[in-house]
Amino acid sequence: MPGVTAASPAAASSRRFAGAWASVRRSPLIVVCVLCVALIVTATIAATIGAAGIPFQRLMAAAGLTAGDPALIERDRLVLWSIRLPRIVMACMIGAMLAAAGTIMQGLFRNPLAEPGLVGVSAGAALAAAMTIVLGDRILAGSKVVLPFAALPIAAFVGALITTAVLYRFATREGRTSIATLLLAGLAIGALAQAAIGLLIFMADDRQLRDITFWTLGSLSGSTWGKAGAIAPFLLVLLMSVPFIVNGLDLMVLGEAEAFHMGVAVERLKRAAIVLVAAAAGAAVAFAGIIGFVGIVVPHLLRLALGPGHRVLLPASLCFGAILLLAADTVARVLVAPAELPIGIVTAAIGAPFFLVLLMRQRALVGP
Amino acid sequence: MSARAAAIETQAVSVRAGGKTLLDQVTLAFAPGECIAIVGPNGAGKTTLLRLLCGELKPRSGAVRLQGRDVASYSPRILAEHRAVLSQDVTVVFPFTVVEIVRMGAGDRRGPRVESLVADALHEVDLAALGERIITTLSGGEQQRAHFARVLVQLACGEAVHGPGVLMLDEPTASLDLRHQLDLLTATRRCAARGVTVIAILHDLNLAALFADRIVVLSDGRVAGDGPPRETITDDMLARVFKVGAAVGRAPSGGVPFVLPHAMR
Repeated sequence: MPGVTAASPAAASSRRFAGAWASVRRSPLIVVCVLCVALIVTATIAATIGAAGIPFQRLMAAAGLTAGDPALIERDRLVLWSIRLPRIVMACMIGAMLAAAGTIMQGLFRNPLAEPGLVGVSAGAALAAAMTIVLGDRILAGSKVVLPFAALPIAAFVGALITTAVLYRFATREGRTSIATLLLAGLAIGALAQAAIGLLIFMADDRQLRDITFWTLGSLSGSTWGKAGAIAPFLLVLLMSVPFIVNGLDLMVLGEAEAFHMGVAVERLKRAAIVLVAAAAGAAVAFAGIIGFVGIVVPHLLRLALGPGHRVLLPASLCFGAILLLAADTVARVLVAPAELPIGIVTAAIGAPFFLVLLMRQRALVGP
Repeated sequence: MSARAAAIETQAVSVRAGGKTLLDQVTLAFAPGECIAIVGPNGAGKTTLLRLLCGELKPRSGAVRLQGRDVASYSPRILAEHRAVLSQDVTVVFPFTVVEIVRMGAGDRRGPRVESLVADALHEVDLAALGERIITTLSGGEQQRAHFARVLVQLACGEAVHGPGVLMLDEPTASLDLRHQLDLLTATRRCAARGVTVIAILHDLNLAALFADRIVVLSDGRVAGDGPPRETITDDMLARVFKVGAAVGRAPSGGVPFVLPHAMR
């Protein structure tokens, strides 16, 4: 390094700092704790702002931590409990799942450009959900049976699963993934899914049309505790599987054959990764529609800060994804208040330029 | 063939792919502590044999046995404790540091013992100073040495559990300069001295003759020669297998054969 000599105290202290930083970034516990604090701060801010503003003092009062006007407390509690909190919780869960899906997919395909929204997995999930809405209603039209609440997330999961498996088949040959094939196949699958959704829109009635439009734009405005409860199992499965896949994902970075040489049950890991990506992306799409780019921005920024090891990266992605989507949703709520932007527009506005920059740096991998 | 129990052996293995026979009835046994070089022209089946030995490929017929047990009966994890493999050109896409790559050799094991193994391995391959560098910023040869260090760590971790294992190397010297070619082969000889079976595919016959106790010559998927260097590297073998006219000389020290091609075809 020019201008820095080994003897200078500045260099010594910067080395000490670098050493301390290196040990911090290797510890999943510290990283997750720091990010969780940031998440709580973000959530508190998100709770205070919105169409019905609740300043910080009143938030504290509503939480029962300080005294305040009882009538105001009653009103604030209602707003918080029935509108703001379920939305915050859902934004966190969906953000966490989208970011984790991106991280796992990038590990599986060994490329930082893979992302469920970008390669058609979310579109596949949305198609399955739209099919369930339109065709499910038709099939059940005669009978008195109502489409069960769980049908949508399960359909979206199956749609995502099929898309991911097909993509893997297309893009990976003998353990090596062609990123060009992956992106182009994803483009084709996404276009196909969009075309099919278009056909379903053509067939849909007014109510179904509103539902489908919601899916393709992405929004958290319909958040309820019921929906939050329905996503929770998907997130729980994801969280519980993290310790079992992180080491394998690290070794997969060397290639599938090398991972096998080093003791990874590669086929099992691949199947697990595909199912987890599908579960996370499917559940997110089922409840919030297509929200792109979270899965690409989050892991990339974290890799720059924390390094590429999945033992830290994956838990950190879960936390940071929650923070990012919560922040994006809060922006979507307040930017054009009292109306609100579809959140997919906000994440795309941040993520698409980011993706282009990433693509420029990756040119060597993608081709001239 | 050694009288001791084989560390790893193949029994009449055949492999076929796309209507072509890649290996045909190959029977070989490798003893603990033996240094074996596999040589042969392109497409002779060297890499196929190595992929078969490491359990990556299943034979169409015949059997591969590691420590007396069918390779296919091992779980990947236990198999990794018995044998380590250094492949040709491993590419890493994410910005891992050299230390992180070498530590991968320990799998999910962590702790001071692993750290000391990692430090030893880095020292062994002459990369101690580059430990914190991002691996993709290193030259091809340096990356290859980092991967060799990773394989050494894996071998040492397995050795701590089951005793000396098998080290398989696919053209380990291809991207290395002369100094590091010799260093790498010396390091593998040290492994062999501890009882590790070393099996290396080598292109350079002179290097093979220098390094190996035993040379297996493959040609068109068959074993065309098997024995100590001075018996296998002969004018006749070079003409028969490699289709080159060459004079095999004897180095003054120890009588190691060396090859000097003289006929261009």
